[in-house]
Amino acid sequence: MTDETDAATARPTDLESARRAVAAVWRIESARIVATLTRMVGDFALAEDLAQDALAEALAQWPAGGIPSNPGAWLTAVAKRRAIDGWRRRERYDERLAAIAHDLEREQAEATDATGDLPYDPDAIDDDVLRLVFVSCHPVLSREARVALTLRVVGGLTTDEIARAFLTPVATVQQRIVRAKKTLGAAGVPFEVPPRDEFPERLGTVLGVLYLIFNEGHSASAGSDLMRPELGREALRLGRVLASLVPREPEVHGLVALMELTAARFPARLDANGDPVLLGDQDRRRWDRSAITRGRAALARADAIGRGRGPYALQAAIAEQHDVAASVDDTDWPAIVALYEALGRVAPSPVVELNHAVAVAMADGPEVGLALVDELAADGRLARYHPLHAVRGELLERLGRADDAREAFAESARLTANERERAVLLARASRPGAR
Amino acid sequence: MTKYMMIMRGSDEAYEAFQDLPFDEVIAAMGRYNEEMMKAGIMLAGEGLSDASEGFVVDFSAEPPLVTDGPYGETKELFNGFWIIDVASKEEAAEWARRCPLGPGTKLEVRRVNDIEDFPQDNEWIQKEAGWRAEQAERLAEDARRGAARA
Repeated sequence: MTDETDAATARPTDLESARRAVAAVWRIESARIVATLTRMVGDFALAEDLAQDALAEALAQWPAGGIPSNPGAWLTAVAKRRAIDGWRRRERYDERLAAIAHDLEREQAEATDATGDLPYDPDAIDDDVLRLVFVSCHPVLSREARVALTLRVVGGLTTDEIARAFLTPVATVQQRIVRAKKTLGAAGVPFEVPPRDEFPERLGTVLGVLYLIFNEGHSASAGSDLMRPELGREALRLGRVLASLVPREPEVHGLVALMELTAARFPARLDANGDPVLLGDQDRRRWDRSAITRGRAALARADAIGRGRGPYALQAAIAEQHDVAASVDDTDWPAIVALYEALGRVAPSPVVELNHAVAVAMADGPEVGLALVDELAADGRLARYHPLHAVRGELLERLGRADDAREAFAESARLTANERERAVLLARASRPGAR
Repeated sequence: MTKYMMIMRGSDEAYEAFQDLPFDEVIAAMGRYNEEMMKAGIMLAGEGLSDASEGFVVDFSAEPPLVTDGPYGETKELFNGFWIIDVASKEEAAEWARRCPLGPGTKLEVRRVNDIEDFPQDNEWIQKEAGWRAEQAERLAEDARRGAARA
């Protein structure tokens, strides 16, 4: 290899590592930068654009000049300067903006005197980050838009990363974000934490978005890819961010607990072929004990607030029962039955009733469980819900009714959208006899 | 996301110099650092270690293993604490490590924590044929959560 080729190959590597370093800083700082800018310019969409401009400038400058010692302040200052330049160009440089520009120039002068860094007070902007979370998860947006926007502005993921995670074309994600920003602007969504009377519902929407991201990560709703743990871990991280922003909200801790206690089982959920391993067959020694400990601690924090358990905390408590049991037989099924009953009271749904029926079957036998499942099947709400038929099949098989069981498994296979699940179900449907 | 362990280590002299700094300032700086990582949602664990004189070493070169009390004579650097963080990349781990309020003579060794992918998946403990048991309460519970989240 000649010197010339060495130089030629070295450069892209440096660029790539610089790019990765910029991305790392971006993940840490982006939410605060966008939040600060939104407060300053009073327009979330513009703030997001300015932040992206600053990111582009960092990508152009840092590889050569190195990462500044306070990169967050650097990015914010660049974005602010862009904002002021933009206003000047558009001749909308009114008094308010003149004041902002003046402050910025003063800040820079002071900082240059001292350390060469720009002043930057991260603690002061936690509230702005919380506002950003509520804007990104605003109910005027579609579910997909909330997810994309939250990952982008709160999580600091690039459009490419979001597209990859959701197996969606980059252009689709881009379009979704542009449209979301327009929708927020058109609806005049304010940059604020919702007032007290709306707060519980709005917080519920935020938690729903995070949980949706988490579930997208650990069980794809369609297609053959059953698990994308990266998204699950990002959702967990965002849950912890939210818990530090609103530490007095029990359901935030409940959701973090639920995600930890569910993710704890990720290491044992797939076999060597990438097929799902059911709870009863999982090697529990592979479960992540640290995650279980963190999850139980989060559940304890939710309980300690003393406002009772909401749907997330109750589901976390159910997951906890599984996580602490040495085996299926060792599981405290009566406790799980009671938790599902409590869940049915705070968040009634036929799916919860089905889960309750399964727990009853485990606690009191398949006959009692089947009676509940049949009752549920008769009311028709879950007619197209494939797990109902799989549960029926299982219980029927246990009761020695092999023909009925095969029929139920076939029905379940017909209804599932997941290829791997279908394969497992079809195998059961064609099994010659009961065990 | 990848887990990294940041291990604080330093020379005796560095730790002694550290003792001369105002204790409140040291605690406050470390507290701010920890808080930043908590707020970013990436800190999974972190502990400071007490003085090496309270510890001991078990050396398996001998049979039976030899137990030696701290602070281990010739050792040049001592571990003093650790964090476990869960971040998107090695660069992000480096960015957090860089921000740690430590002084001259101390180092952070940053090591990736093994993930499940690092181990062979096909062992005796994992059955290939996943029978559809009533223990699928698990899967159903997840469906319920998904349902609740979407409701």
